[in-house]
Amino acid sequence: MAQVKIKARVESQVQLADGVYSMELLAPEIASAARAGQFISVYTKDKSKLLPRPISLCGIDRERGILRIVYRVAGAGTAEFSAYRAGDSVEIMGPLGNGFTLKDKKAILIGGGIGVPPMLELMKELSCERTAVLGYRDQQLFLKDEFEACGPVCVATEDGSAGTKGNVLDAIREQGVQGEIIYACGPTPMLRAVKAYAQEKGIECYISLEERMACGIGACLACVCQSKDVDSHSHVHNKRICKDGPVFAAEEVEI
Amino acid sequence: MNTKVNIAGVELKNPVMTASGTFGSGAEYGEMVDLNRLGAVVTKGVANVPWPGNPTPRIAEVYGGMLNAIGLQNPGIDVFVERDIPFLKQYDTKIVVNVCGRTTEDYVEVVERLGDTEVDLLEINISCPNVKEGGIAFGQDPKAVEAITREVKRRAKQPVIMKLSPNVTDITVMAKAAEAGGADALSLINTLTGMKIDIHRRTFALANKTGGLSGPAVKPVAVRMVYQTANAVKIPIIGMGGISTAEDAIEFLLAGATAVSVGTANFFNPYATVEIVQGIEDYMKRYGVDDVNQLIGAVR
Repeated sequence: MAQVKIKARVESQVQLADGVYSMELLAPEIASAARAGQFISVYTKDKSKLLPRPISLCGIDRERGILRIVYRVAGAGTAEFSAYRAGDSVEIMGPLGNGFTLKDKKAILIGGGIGVPPMLELMKELSCERTAVLGYRDQQLFLKDEFEACGPVCVATEDGSAGTKGNVLDAIREQGVQGEIIYACGPTPMLRAVKAYAQEKGIECYISLEERMACGIGACLACVCQSKDVDSHSHVHNKRICKDGPVFAAEEVEI
Repeated sequence: MNTKVNIAGVELKNPVMTASGTFGSGAEYGEMVDLNRLGAVVTKGVANVPWPGNPTPRIAEVYGGMLNAIGLQNPGIDVFVERDIPFLKQYDTKIVVNVCGRTTEDYVEVVERLGDTEVDLLEINISCPNVKEGGIAFGQDPKAVEAITREVKRRAKQPVIMKLSPNVTDITVMAKAAEAGGADALSLINTLTGMKIDIHRRTFALANKTGGLSGPAVKPVAVRMVYQTANAVKIPIIGMGGISTAEDAIEFLLAGATAVSVGTANFFNPYATVEIVQGIEDYMKRYGVDDVNQLIGAVR
């Protein structure tokens, strides 16, 4: 389905951790077509801010027509979103991007920081054996319980207050997590390390990238990443994260 | 009610076009808007060979606008001719190809390749602020403007629109130089060179350090420049710079633009172009204007 821009109704808003919020949006036409790993553009009401904020989907309830986003307040735009309450409306466009391709292989799902949320919908949609490895700053382990409802979870915290002290790869090594495929989302240094780990172990690996975006649909060429192969749009080595991604085979992109 | 306007002998069904670089070649936005409703689609700049563009981050949001330093990433003329022109030919809209280059020879090569295609108009980008060679380097010196205009005109089969930079002391000097070189029309304004600094990381928001400012923030500057230029040259002007609504577009027409281009607005309202087409018709009905041409330059 091609993306649509609509006015969605806010169904709920809850704070999950310091600066991290969960918002549910009633958007049946987007929810019915959306896949794990896709994102939506969310537009502020403050018209001094022109560009939409791209936010990954943490949950897709196709029956109720509800999308859930879990996001961190990073500036004035996301601060505005965090003040919305049930019954408010918000303009969104979606579904955007390619999303994860689900494979029937023993999976390791890796989420780091605000890269944790998109892994939850994937955790729910996969039916094979799977382990979530979640990296947090501290003991504010947002969404961890919901992952645990789907399968085993390993945690890493930067300050060592829960799980393995260190990063997601420290947790994988310390807790002996095994898998045949990795799906990951998180900060670029984490993705770089995950890509190297997967390469070293010979494990298939998919990573979800982010970059500043304007149009969100592949027209403006703002959010490109260097790719191994020539891209379909400009025939250079620049894949568009919003359109060709955000999910890429790890070996496909230079990060 | 007549909404048709004429640019250098090419009749547009209405004065609403897209601004180069914001709309690709129409394929992406064509999923959301009916391209048949547009006066013309102006493509992203195309060069003789593929250009990779600048490193990221390529954009930054600023109050009421945005900075971009894409750096004219494009697939080059071969892919463009093979893929993008046939795509656009499926629609009942005019095709304006934005042409970029590093040297005069680059521009000429693209213009000549387009000569036997079904492209309606050429828009020559001598005003991109984000590339080291070509682009704005041609657009800030009246002698260079006139020379490249003349050279392109000599080789072009389609009418030539020169796209001017606002990053000059007096845009009418450049406009007159383009007119003297034989330009059939002018596009203005390209983006204003700007900068944003990330105070938390203590670095530039853009990898390119500087970028082109666009969006509602630049609109009053653009209206002023269109007005000044319309009073300085005889050739038609395509006005652009922050146009987001029909009201904005009408301001440009009244200031002297024959047509308008919608750019950054596509990013926050993908339906902006068609809404502006409709809004201009509504305005004409409301004020009993039976020909859109009556609005062009009506405020003096």
